[in-house]
Amino acid sequence: MPSINSTIKVDSRDAKLSMAHFYVAFAALAIGGLMGLLQTLVRSGKFELPGGIGYYQVLTVHGVLLGLVLTTFFIMGFQHAAVSRTAGTHSDKARLTGWIGFWVMTLGTVMAAAMVLMNKATVLYTFYAPLQAHWIFYLGLTFVVVGSWIDGIAQIMTYAKWKKNNPGKPGPLLSFMAVINTVLWIICTIGVAAEVLFQLLPWSLGLIDRVDVLVSRTLFWYFGHPLVYFWLLPAYMAWYVVIPKVIGGKIFSDSLARLSFILFLLFSIPVGFHHQLTEPGIDPAWKFIQVILTFLVIIPSLMTAFAMFATFESAGRAKGAKGMFGWVKKLPWNDARFTVPFIGMAAFIPAGAGGIINASNQMDQVVHNTIWITGHFHLTLATSVVLTFFGISYWLIPHLTGRKLTKKMNKLALIQAWVWFIGMAFMSGSMHAEGLLGAPRRSAFSTYMGAKQAAEWIPYQIAQAVGGTILFIGIILILIIFINLAFFAPKGEEEFPVGEQAENAEATPMVLENWKLWIGISIVLILFAYTIPFIDMIQNAPIGSKGFKTW
Amino acid sequence: MHMHKLEKIWLIFGLAALIVFLSTIGVSAFYLGNKPPSCLTTVDPEKVDQTAPFNKPGLHKVEGKDWDYELVFVAQAFAYTPTQVTVPLGAKVKVIATTKDVVHGLEVAGTNINMMLEPGYVSEYTTTFDKEGEYLIVCNEYCGTGHHLMSSKIEVKK
Ligand code: HEM
Ligand SMILES: [Cu+2]
Ligand SMILES: [Cu+2]
Repeated sequence: MPSINSTIKVDSRDAKLSMAHFYVAFAALAIGGLMGLLQTLVRSGKFELPGGIGYYQVLTVHGVLLGLVLTTFFIMGFQHAAVSRTAGTHSDKARLTGWIGFWVMTLGTVMAAAMVLMNKATVLYTFYAPLQAHWIFYLGLTFVVVGSWIDGIAQIMTYAKWKKNNPGKPGPLLSFMAVINTVLWIICTIGVAAEVLFQLLPWSLGLIDRVDVLVSRTLFWYFGHPLVYFWLLPAYMAWYVVIPKVIGGKIFSDSLARLSFILFLLFSIPVGFHHQLTEPGIDPAWKFIQVILTFLVIIPSLMTAFAMFATFESAGRAKGAKGMFGWVKKLPWNDARFTVPFIGMAAFIPAGAGGIINASNQMDQVVHNTIWITGHFHLTLATSVVLTFFGISYWLIPHLTGRKLTKKMNKLALIQAWVWFIGMAFMSGSMHAEGLLGAPRRSAFSTYMGAKQAAEWIPYQIAQAVGGTILFIGIILILIIFINLAFFAPKGEEEFPVGEQAENAEATPMVLENWKLWIGISIVLILFAYTIPFIDMIQNAPIGSKGFKTW
Repeated sequence: MHMHKLEKIWLIFGLAALIVFLSTIGVSAFYLGNKPPSCLTTVDPEKVDQTAPFNKPGLHKVEGKDWDYELVFVAQAFAYTPTQVTVPLGAKVKVIATTKDVVHGLEVAGTNINMMLEPGYVSEYTTTFDKEGEYLIVCNEYCGTGHHLMSSKIEVKK
């Protein structure tokens, strides 16, 4: 049941909207990447930051720009293009909404960045109270979130228009997925919005004197875990829908793809306690309940893994591959649009295994807040997700700018991905190892007064600096390719690949489009997982905290 | 909704592994007692120095409890009190800690003692020190400019 797409090319007005997002995203990558390099150099102990710049200021820039700005802008830009391509061009109203969202986000980014640069918000990208940043920093972050809501609403408007014009039919798969991700995002950012608007902002303005630290952290992590799925789902959109077309195959199953996205929506939110396992003030039984819910995302993850390999194998066999693994050779390894995201997928196997470790009560106690965690999310976010985003850029940017990915750029893109892979193997590998020895994360170079254990950590930090340097070369390469595709590549037409389902596949059951049902279940799960612990927290609350500026 | 036979097998295998895995964690936590540190006691963070047991940081022998010693730590930016402590080998110790200002971590590198210290809350973890040696305590939650300088030491001796 391939949905018929009348619009093959993204309308040029929508393309501009997408590109605006990508300019900000790649600028964030450039600055954030440089900060990453500096961090690894400082941590090696062989280098000091010039001009009295603090390590933690640099780390705040890195976390905010790469964890929050690059991701949100890239995702919104990609989703605008995906919706416009598969559900039809934005109406003028939807497009205007998108632009308002973009500018609100950009304004927020500038506000937050200004405060960080003035050293008034060296609170890292998690801004845990009672560290107290300047109120403009919090207001800026609020604008980023609210802007992303407005952006998301534009996408929902266009999807709703398609549904109205096509009653009784399931929406185009890629658009459906974008909308699921937007809904996930809106539900989860309500937590951080509440934290900022009711606690941190009035507190930093001096309107209230104290905040409840545990409540603020719980609201943060109610947002913080789904945040990682908000990053991951756009990558899955490319894996499920774009890659099959790139390799000349078919989507394995439209229904199962939708089902797995719905399961991610349900199981990625009521689970924030797995980031708070070692915190006081939360009953261990509730922690365990949320650990169980956390592990349920393994089901859609396994479905995704299965669908990927099934797509690869059937595409290879359709091209005449023989034997158990003959299909591997039939994959287009010289096509950056495939190979770059594929390296990302491969990285997700160890990354996912690491995630299972982190979310287990007892094992978390070994790795919690060690540099192992940093190693973990440089595999998930900074490799699986980011390489997939790069892979998307290689066709999407020229598609939007009316240019072509040349052979030369394709080659450079392949080199970029391998450079990234090697750099990350060094950096993330040695972070994992160092973390198991107990080395803390978010820490500048320190000998800890000559402690023997700390001395054992230093060689790993030198390995991280080697990895960081290689990664920075990767950053330079991706920026070269981005600038080429945005401004200099030869004019032409680059395809926006959208996969189709096999002819003999069954119709997609409409229950998968029952938004009331799925959002309802999601809310019930959230209320189940959070209501009682929240009441406990408020009833047993100690006196709140005044603000501190310890940087 | 149609599901491929191999996918059914794959998912059933996955679900079975999941159940085994979660049961292991659950039994370990609630039957063997390996729960994460989750103490529910609160304290006024501005009166930590006047509140027992934090008015006397350090190691104290106790009687009639499930553990032999209590080891009390007070954290503040950017130091722990005490800055060094000696624990007899084989002692069963309840570590009790809190913070006077921002959030800190208390991680004894090379052991399973790893907990968050949050203003207003007491964090506890009970463990047995059964290996001799020097253990570095580090703060593993960002707390300000001196975060990486914040440490203490436990010496486990016969
Ligand atoms: C040149 C490439 C990169 C290098 C060398 C690098 C290096 C680092 C290092 C050394 C840290 C940890 C520092 C510490 O805990 O003290 C860090 C943290 C982090 N990195 Fe990267 N990174 C790179 C790219 C990325 C990318 C592409 C992303 C995301 C898209 C990313 C996201 C983060 C985040 C969110 C943190 C956590 C910040 C915090 O703990 O507050 N990094 N990075
Ligand atoms: Cu999580
Ligand atoms: Cu600290």
